[in-house]
Amino acid sequence: MPSEMTIDRRTALRCMSWAGTAMVWTVAGGIPRARLVGCAEAATKSFSFVQISDSHLGFDKPANPHTTDTLQQALAQVRGLPDRPAFMIHTGDISHLSKPAQFDTCQQMMGATGLAAYTVPGEHDILEEDGKSYLNRFGKGAKGDGWYSFDAGGMHFIGLVNVVNLKGNGLGDLGQEQLEWLEDDVADLSASTPIVVMAHVPLWTVYEPWGWGTADGAQALGYLKRFGSVTVLNGHIHQVMQKIEGHVAFHTARSTAFPQPAPGTAKGPGPMAVPAGELGRRLGIARVSLVSTTAPLAILDTPLI
Amino acid sequence: MTEMMSVADHGRRVLLRRFAAGATVAVLVPVLRARRAGATEPTVSIDNFTFSPTPLTIAPGATVTWVNQDDIPHSIYCQSLNLRSHPMDTSESFAHRFDQPGTFDYICGIHPHMRGRIVVQG
Repeated sequence: MPSEMTIDRRTALRCMSWAGTAMVWTVAGGIPRARLVGCAEAATKSFSFVQISDSHLGFDKPANPHTTDTLQQALAQVRGLPDRPAFMIHTGDISHLSKPAQFDTCQQMMGATGLAAYTVPGEHDILEEDGKSYLNRFGKGAKGDGWYSFDAGGMHFIGLVNVVNLKGNGLGDLGQEQLEWLEDDVADLSASTPIVVMAHVPLWTVYEPWGWGTADGAQALGYLKRFGSVTVLNGHIHQVMQKIEGHVAFHTARSTAFPQPAPGTAKGPGPMAVPAGELGRRLGIARVSLVSTTAPLAILDTPLI
Repeated sequence: MTEMMSVADHGRRVLLRRFAAGATVAVLVPVLRARRAGATEPTVSIDNFTFSPTPLTIAPGATVTWVNQDDIPHSIYCQSLNLRSHPMDTSESFAHRFDQPGTFDYICGIHPHMRGRIVVQG
């Protein structure tokens, strides 16, 4: 790790001034990618997309009684980006209780940005009608419980579902049918194709006692081992976490609704109330740019304020 | 705490008052429910992603009521009984009558790391 920390103070300050705030997180599995973001920013009209997550529309408890407003703020930030992203992804928990009105509101708000939105379901999105309420709105053309793939910007995107058939071991689960589909889906791709995987629950084990991981995630990642650049984008834990393992960069996004405690720092992973004025710093969006290096994609997390 | 109180500004007082009010409500709900259900009807509270009490020992024929006191929905899933509750939002509840003796492990169907056990002893 220390050998990777090549960013110097001057570069760090430059990144901060470009971002306009000291609260910007520039992460892509580590600081070197933060530097890439800074360099890429000046140069690129390159391909980029935006990730939002865990909007929990319908949640109205003290941790954030205004989840529609904070989603609106996040989407305004997306609209305000200097370079228009190619599309938006939502990594699940669109709604709080899978209610049609909650889905509709989010769909309309995302649609108003003029960007196509690709989604994967969170456990809060499949509480009604065995997930059909989600699938009918967001699952067009998807397989099984809502998994799919597509190509864009020279990359291969894979949307996985790891919130159905949760097992007693407490972790997310992909299941055999989806794993077989995944193996088949990437079989004919060249190893130089950058891969982006989206799923709600982290595919890597962040914190097992709270179920923050996917039981058969390692098997899925096994199918992606031969690829030179794999970026795994998750939500669920309402905070930024990242790690890099070989050619795989793991990244979890902030929520647009409410923060959750860092692993093990509270009795449970419930919504965390923060002092007035601080909420916006704990919520936000992530922007992902393709840069032509052998490193994984560059990810820039931006808080709402 | 005393020191904190001495420098407390208006905002903090409001927050503390709200917190106190919230705490009172949270405590009252199960008490009221227990009274309504009668003293013999056991209640399992769901708070901070934890079932409590667990394990819970009851007599055959007793009805267990689960009450969700979290800001997040939870559900009850007991595989051996093929028992599955609706998602309970904050302060919603679910009840099930246990007739047969035995040990019944259950989880939250939404957060399966949450585990509980009901022991029915004749």
